[in-house]
Amino acid sequence: MDFGQVITQVIGDSQQSLWPAVGSGFKPEIVLCITLFVLLIAKCFTWGTRIDLAFPLTCIGLCLSVYVAEPWNYLGDGAPPRTELFTGMLVLDSFTAFFRAILLLSALLLVILTQITGVPDLSDATDFFCLVLGAIVGLCLMASANHALMIFLAVEIASIPSYVLAGLLENQRRSSEAALKYSIYGAGAAGVMLYGISLLTGVLNTAHLPSMAQELATQWPVYEADTRWVLVMGGLMLGVGLAFKLSAVPFHFWCPDVFEGSAAEIGAFLSVASKAGALALLVRVSFGFGLLNVEPMHFPTDTNSRAGMFSVTDKVPSDVSSHNPSESDSLNVTDLNHRLAPTRNFIICLISLVAMITCTFGNLAAYGQTNIKRLLAYSTIAHAGYMMMAVPPALAMATTDASGARYAIAALGMYILTYVFMNVGVFAVVALLRNSLGSEEIADYAGLIRNAPLTVICFSLMMFSLLGIPPLAGFIGKFAVFGALTDGWRSTGSPLLLGLLVVGGLNTALSVYYYLRVIKVMTFDRETDSTRPRPLSVISPLGACYVFAISVPLLAITVMAAPLHKWSLAAALQLF
Amino acid sequence: MYTATEPSSLGWIPSLIVFLPALGALLLALFPSKSDQAIRFFTLAITIAVFVTLAAFLIFDTGHGLTFRTDEAGMQNVYVQPWIPSFNIQYFMGMDGISFPLLALTAFVSVLAMGASWSIQKHVKAYCILFLLLETGMLGVFMALDFFLFYVFWEVMLLPMYFLIGVWGGPRREYAAIKFFLYTLLGSVLMLIAILMLYFQSDVRTLAKAQPDLVTKLSLPSEVLTEATKEGAPLHTFNIQALAAMGQHTDLFSNKEVLFDGWTIQHWAFILLFIGFAVKVPSVPVHTWLPDAHVEAPTPISMILAGVLLKMGGYGILRICYPICPLGGFDFAYGVCLVGVISMVYGAFAALAQKDFKRLVAYSSVSHMGYVVLGLGVWSAAIADGNPDLMTSSYWNQGIQGAMFQMIAHGISSAGMFFMVGVIYDRVHHRNLDQFGGLFGKMPLYAGLAIPIFFAGLGLPGLCGFIGEVFVVLAVWKFSQVLAIISAFVVILTAGYILWAIQRVYLGAEYKGPHPEALTPLNLREVSIAVPLIIFAVLFGVMPTLVLQYMDKSISLQADQLTAWAREHDEHKSEPSSVPALAQTETLPIFKFTKPTDR
Repeated sequence: MDFGQVITQVIGDSQQSLWPAVGSGFKPEIVLCITLFVLLIAKCFTWGTRIDLAFPLTCIGLCLSVYVAEPWNYLGDGAPPRTELFTGMLVLDSFTAFFRAILLLSALLLVILTQITGVPDLSDATDFFCLVLGAIVGLCLMASANHALMIFLAVEIASIPSYVLAGLLENQRRSSEAALKYSIYGAGAAGVMLYGISLLTGVLNTAHLPSMAQELATQWPVYEADTRWVLVMGGLMLGVGLAFKLSAVPFHFWCPDVFEGSAAEIGAFLSVASKAGALALLVRVSFGFGLLNVEPMHFPTDTNSRAGMFSVTDKVPSDVSSHNPSESDSLNVTDLNHRLAPTRNFIICLISLVAMITCTFGNLAAYGQTNIKRLLAYSTIAHAGYMMMAVPPALAMATTDASGARYAIAALGMYILTYVFMNVGVFAVVALLRNSLGSEEIADYAGLIRNAPLTVICFSLMMFSLLGIPPLAGFIGKFAVFGALTDGWRSTGSPLLLGLLVVGGLNTALSVYYYLRVIKVMTFDRETDSTRPRPLSVISPLGACYVFAISVPLLAITVMAAPLHKWSLAAALQLF
Repeated sequence: MYTATEPSSLGWIPSLIVFLPALGALLLALFPSKSDQAIRFFTLAITIAVFVTLAAFLIFDTGHGLTFRTDEAGMQNVYVQPWIPSFNIQYFMGMDGISFPLLALTAFVSVLAMGASWSIQKHVKAYCILFLLLETGMLGVFMALDFFLFYVFWEVMLLPMYFLIGVWGGPRREYAAIKFFLYTLLGSVLMLIAILMLYFQSDVRTLAKAQPDLVTKLSLPSEVLTEATKEGAPLHTFNIQALAAMGQHTDLFSNKEVLFDGWTIQHWAFILLFIGFAVKVPSVPVHTWLPDAHVEAPTPISMILAGVLLKMGGYGILRICYPICPLGGFDFAYGVCLVGVISMVYGAFAALAQKDFKRLVAYSSVSHMGYVVLGLGVWSAAIADGNPDLMTSSYWNQGIQGAMFQMIAHGISSAGMFFMVGVIYDRVHHRNLDQFGGLFGKMPLYAGLAIPIFFAGLGLPGLCGFIGEVFVVLAVWKFSQVLAIISAFVVILTAGYILWAIQRVYLGAEYKGPHPEALTPLNLREVSIAVPLIIFAVLFGVMPTLVLQYMDKSISLQADQLTAWAREHDEHKSEPSSVPALAQTETLPIFKFTKPTDR
């Protein structure tokens, strides 16, 4: 294939990826980018600053984006086939569609919340919404990344707006401090991750995840010990970047400080959207390296003649043939997957260990907190641990029990879906209370049930949901994850998964105290002399409506669990 | 236990009973918060409606299957709907002779507790809403036949209970509420792990192969049943009846050793479930939440706690632990009995040492519920060792009947005792046993009503407490004479603390404690709560068949099924071991008793 052909193909492929006639392709991200530009341009004109255009424009952009993303097509019956976009940089499948929908939904919830709480004032609103949209583009890319370079780019696109968002509160030292801490920590983590990626690509001669996995499968037996160490180090460094985005221990230190310093709305964004994107990326990376997809990949261009730049099938590494040419030719995907077992075990052990520590640490550290945002930050860390627990059983069962593995991924999907409502709701209440009480100390919430009964009841439901008490939504997610662990333990016999199950169960009991403490302060306690004086109407009617509306799904998800679980299962269908 | 079940067309009505209180709570939310009296009467009306509807099941035979038939052992008034098909979770409700008496008890105690709730003065609306939600949870637990649904109802009770103790409780209510929540949640988490273990180990296909007739009668979804006839991956289920059938007729839960040598899923599930239920019963050593919760909780909530919530532990052991994990129950029979006896003895001694009147009653609950655990654990087959005398179900049957009767009787006597303590606490605002005395003179009617209730708790013949204790002790005798003697001895301790309490509170020359002026006679509301309790305490004591006729068939069926399982298990066990045992007697003639003439 000569250079000209390559160029033609890349152009054709890009055109097809950007705005395909059928399917969603790259459309949602493009819609988001266009919205972003329109927002910025509208601000240039004087009339754009006078009327509040930013909010409706953002909402329209997000809704349009959901419309062109067509999650209902991908999660229903007869989903379009798995497709690689931009010559293998991104992958578009039901998993991408599911996470896009969740990310856009959480962005929409957040944008409405900020409109109610009024945290970005009129002059800042445009900037704020632009940053949110930009971060969402990055998070969507994280959910669909299929290439090591894309992983790095996506993480950066998502992170940099987040740094600015963390410093949004002007003239507040804590906010600036939070932004600085976050960006320095993020820059460090990104650097380490990039180094890890370069080590991996250097050894494996490619940055396309499936090709890397294939390379690993064929070459692992013949690598020398030094090369293996380089790969292990590369994998660990890549893990550092992921752990930073997930706020997993030991890369969680930024999390409480940033949550405390920045506005509660930003906390909602970082804890929900950012976490969902990071988890999607974790699944992408662990399945990208640990498993080759059995289903053949489809390409947007028509491709009998395609000699894809990164496609798996025709990539026969030159040095493999020198070692054992006959074997490498005859290997099919199943054999290759069998050979990837050490990689999978490495990833499983790593994620399990980090998940156990993250979960336990988050729950223990939350005990001593007096600031509600710090407490929620640690609760977020703990929940990241629970959610990560779904990945090891999925990976462990992927080759032996595909249906069990899909249930595990679906468990993660269910968890995130419920988590969106719980956590956005909790942060919304914190933001609304901050507006009226001017405080984020738990002690200042004493006896709040007498001032704002409905809000406190909704808040209690959210807390119980975070704790995982049925019939609230949080239980369904936790139940599904624990179920996946049990299934994984039963079908693989791995004591590690049993250990995860026990740790997860004990952590649930461990977390009772600090969630209940907040509820206790709000409901049992009386106002003391040191409590700040309160306005007569603590929560605005609009805010109360928002809180109520967001706590309704907490009960509805349990009753309607059947269709939701079906969608989550559909999300996992094309993953392996 | 598993039985053939026929879904009835009007089966949604029992489910309606379960959700009627929740519906009432929803309506209550619309009431203006100042109209305390209206809210109270509305709540009382709802609880009475639940009780009356349940009672109507007994009296009327509607001809649509909407009745409770005492001659039927299996599940009645069953209602099944798919809920989450991807996990094979069903909305599966029904009642049988084991759950129906407890349902009736729940409805009865709820009415009386609501009657006692007039003493609650603050936040009446919130109190009544939580009270009704609690009732929904309690009724649901006794009706749910899907393990997932059961767990949901089990946990639903936690939330209202936490607030009811924490907001309306005594001085240390926050501590008591969180302790209650923490203990129960820890037990529930263990239960959840066991549920998941059993679910993922279950397989309808294997059951369909082993029992093709039975599997069609367990109310499993039709898609699952058609699928079960084909080959394929395991079909999991949460259906409690199907799980019980699997536990007894297949080796699904016992074919794999886990962690320890010889321990199977059944053993682990039994232990995890048993701990979860033992927290609720509560058994020593996980009982410590109970005295705190009882002392701090307001009177009506104490009545509910002692009268209904504790029964869920016993019900869970009977409905879930033994039928699903017979092997675990078989091997741990002695452990379960020991837990029961220790609770009895410890609870009785602890009650003797109390200075607080309510704490004394709370510890008496620990002691009395020990009888329940003991009665359920007396599985003589487990120690039969080939002895055909003990391989019958009769002793165990008697033990379970005793345990069930004890649960009903304790529901009445303990609710009554807590109510009686509450009456006096409402007046003089203290519960210190040493500062009472002479109440007989000041409040003759009150003392006259309280003493029979306390005697019922004591287990005086002719009152309800006696029957259960005797049944249990008799059943234990064949199982272990030592345990039987100890449990009979506990009756003396019980008499000791109850008589001593009566002496210190009601007898004596005159009342010397604080607020003597507040010792007013009982009002009509209080009398109308106490009298039904006494009537039932006497009625059940004189005519125990009133209660036993409902449970008899179902209990016999369960005991027979498990004894049949034990016989089969015994044969299996003796087959491989018989060969080496025989060889041993050959090589060691010293143990062989041979006549000299044979030489």
